[in-house]
Amino acid sequence: MTAPHPASWMRVTPQGLYCEPGDFFVDPPRAVPRAVITHGHSDHARPDHGAVLATPETLAIMRARLGEDRAGRVQQALAPGEAITRNGVGIRLVPAGHVLGSAQVVLDWQGSRIVISGDYKRRRDPSCAAFEPVPCDVFVTEATFALPVFRHPPAEQEVARLLESVRLFPDRAHLIGVYALGKCQRLIRLLREAGWDRPIWLHGGLMALCALYEELGAKLGDLRPVPMERKRGASGQLAGEIVLAPSGAEATPWVRRLAEPVVCAASGWMRVRQRAKAKGVELPLIVSDHADWAELLQTAEEVQAPEIWVTHGREDALCHALAQRGVRGRALHLVGRGEEDEEPEAAPAAADGA
Amino acid sequence: MSLPAFASLLERLVFTPGRNAKLSLLRQYFASSPDPDRGIGLAALTGELTLRAAKPALVRDLVAERTDPTLLALSHDYVGDFAETVALIWPQREGVNAPPPGLAEVVECMEVTPKAELPAMIAGWLDTLDANGRFALIKLVTGGLRVGVSARLAKTALAEWSGQEVDAIEEVWHGLEPPYRPLFAWLEGQGPRPDPRDAPVFRPLMLAHPLEEADLGTLDPATHRAEWKWDGIRVQLSATAGGQRIWSRGAEDISGSFPEIVEAMDFRAVVDGELLVMRDGEVAPFADLQQRLNRKLVSARMMAQYPVAVRLYDMLFEGEEDLRTLPFDARRARLEDWFARTRPARMDLSEMVPFDSVPQLEEIRAGAREAAIEGLMIKRADSAYVAGRVKGLWWKWKRAPLSVDAVLMYAQRGHGKRSSYYSDYTFGLWRPDGQGGEELVPVGKAYSGYTDQELLWLDRWIRNNTTARFGPVREVEKGLVMEVEFDAAQRSTRHKSGVALRFPRIARIRRDKPAAEADRLDTLERMIVGAAEE
Repeated sequence: MTAPHPASWMRVTPQGLYCEPGDFFVDPPRAVPRAVITHGHSDHARPDHGAVLATPETLAIMRARLGEDRAGRVQQALAPGEAITRNGVGIRLVPAGHVLGSAQVVLDWQGSRIVISGDYKRRRDPSCAAFEPVPCDVFVTEATFALPVFRHPPAEQEVARLLESVRLFPDRAHLIGVYALGKCQRLIRLLREAGWDRPIWLHGGLMALCALYEELGAKLGDLRPVPMERKRGASGQLAGEIVLAPSGAEATPWVRRLAEPVVCAASGWMRVRQRAKAKGVELPLIVSDHADWAELLQTAEEVQAPEIWVTHGREDALCHALAQRGVRGRALHLVGRGEEDEEPEAAPAAADGA
Repeated sequence: MSLPAFASLLERLVFTPGRNAKLSLLRQYFASSPDPDRGIGLAALTGELTLRAAKPALVRDLVAERTDPTLLALSHDYVGDFAETVALIWPQREGVNAPPPGLAEVVECMEVTPKAELPAMIAGWLDTLDANGRFALIKLVTGGLRVGVSARLAKTALAEWSGQEVDAIEEVWHGLEPPYRPLFAWLEGQGPRPDPRDAPVFRPLMLAHPLEEADLGTLDPATHRAEWKWDGIRVQLSATAGGQRIWSRGAEDISGSFPEIVEAMDFRAVVDGELLVMRDGEVAPFADLQQRLNRKLVSARMMAQYPVAVRLYDMLFEGEEDLRTLPFDARRARLEDWFARTRPARMDLSEMVPFDSVPQLEEIRAGAREAAIEGLMIKRADSAYVAGRVKGLWWKWKRAPLSVDAVLMYAQRGHGKRSSYYSDYTFGLWRPDGQGGEELVPVGKAYSGYTDQELLWLDRWIRNNTTARFGPVREVEKGLVMEVEFDAAQRSTRHKSGVALRFPRIARIRRDKPAAEADRLDTLERMIVGAAEE
């Protein structure tokens, strides 16, 4: 008997990717009875599911972000390397290298295998476990940066540019817009590796997840909250220092606490000038937690899948390139996935209570 | 590593809004880059670099040979700019270990390389560079380099870096050519100050201070001279054995925009004056002059429609003779003599405005209603021509501003230090909406005049009264009245309201005034000079 094609047991529904024999969804955009969650970003980890299966780190992140009562009525942790079976469907979680706890979902049914990778990258990230390719019949991939113009430079090089700028402008604070989960902690780790052992100053909206990362074993060093303005209209503080905040904070009154900030942003989009210009960024840093073009193609090759499903991003270009390599590409057009780099931007001022 | 160093500088300059930050970046570049590269970089920044440009098609062909057409098209669609797309998509070749080219090397090779060998040479360079370097190279070799830096700013950075005065640099600058080795040698104390000899260089301008109420007491008809202050642009006409140049106030060579003036400069002198659009001896509103500014090429039609002339008011050199140490009265006499002898086309003399007392002068100022008169210039009769803004020698005394009470309609976030503040305001006045009601029509935009306290208050008010957002712009509740001051109101076909304001600024916030009681558009229309006659 030949193995069934994954398309016969894994379906795209308005509620997301649904595993029929296992009766569960992967990263569903709305509340469902049973969900497997790849990682804690808000367009993947939604609140109020009945039962949630995820890595222990992802569950902890969901509890921190959604609240204990909304992170799944039943939570089941599955560590990488462990396997369970539900209704004959084998389930494993394998590191995806995107953020702490991020995992690919490996499903086996009757000799056929699908890997749902969630978001992933192949670059080294000192704040999470590295992606491991798993050979499969169907590989489900993101395509956020699926154009050959996207080739992320080494993140270490971008951090070096940041530190050079800090030296050049000692009278100004460097404010870096980041996502609260993942980018923030990765950047902190990269800064520490580059020898920056001064305190790193954080917007209130970033404190909770950094504390959680530390609790889960990440060493982030001396982190401090950005102090309040001494008085309204007083000159800014933290000249010569590095400050992290949710992107968007640079446009709010909160930023007046800082000494003439050099507004930086760390994102894969910063490779395109117009994007950086439109955001008013003074120092664009190309640091991404998503696979770039070369990584997407490298991964497609390594998982040896004859068929690749593309969830969101620039699927035209990826499907075109896959076809040239003899791989069948299929755009899934999933609803509810963020158009943007990572998760939607938080409301920074509210998060800080300022 | 010199092209990469220049590329990094360009990238940072493009994204850096602040003047001081730009100066830091430039100083660092001049200090850390070697000759001749920094000189070529300087020329590229100041727009004085000429190099044989490659056709954009050359780059197009190169990238087409190396990429899939569908992926290239999708990428171009996404990125927008083609040069940037090429810079980003250019496939990195494994095993390239040639160093990236120097800036001077690029310029020189573009000059001497036979056309047939250009593609291979440029491709070879692209292989050695990263995305930023490729972008700078493509823009450079196709002649499309644009830098958000004025020549004056680059020279200011040179001055700060070297400790020389920026005016001293200006004086020698235009006699020099890229890569400016003698200039850098002088600035680093390794060589003599370059001698501009007979080149038509820019001579630093004498500038005026705004006259305040308290300064009135220092004025005296015996020691001071008055002239009208015309609303045009300040120019220095420099005609020497080495050629003719029109310099702007910021030391930019604007000769190309005004060929008819250059043609009229068939004399040997350096004179100072105001460039104006003039028809039959009448000065046209500034809006007309604007049509002629920042043009590389000027059509005959443009020249006929917006005829320019220069109203002269000072003389710095006659022939080789430097007049700048003479007192104003003596220079003026020399200017009048010279003018009577030379009679240059498209030029006239700024008339002196005689006065017997300060109160009389105040009356003269208040009575000036011609659109192109901004007010009065008052100059000390015994003063030499001194570079810069030395207090007490030249005063500008603008006529009392006009004002309207307008309603705030939109607000935009500022730049740099003001990027977290809504600091640019679009305001409007009432007019009939054609259906028996009233509507607001925008009449102008202002981003100055308020105090820091008022800015804080406005910012908060705007955030609390936003009705819609368009990117960085917020539309607000039509409920806040601002008193807007401006120097003049002029007809304009480019504005929806039909009126353009000169130098509008926020005079005060009228929290006491309901929006419905703000001024109407016809009030403003009556302030347009000449409105009554129309």
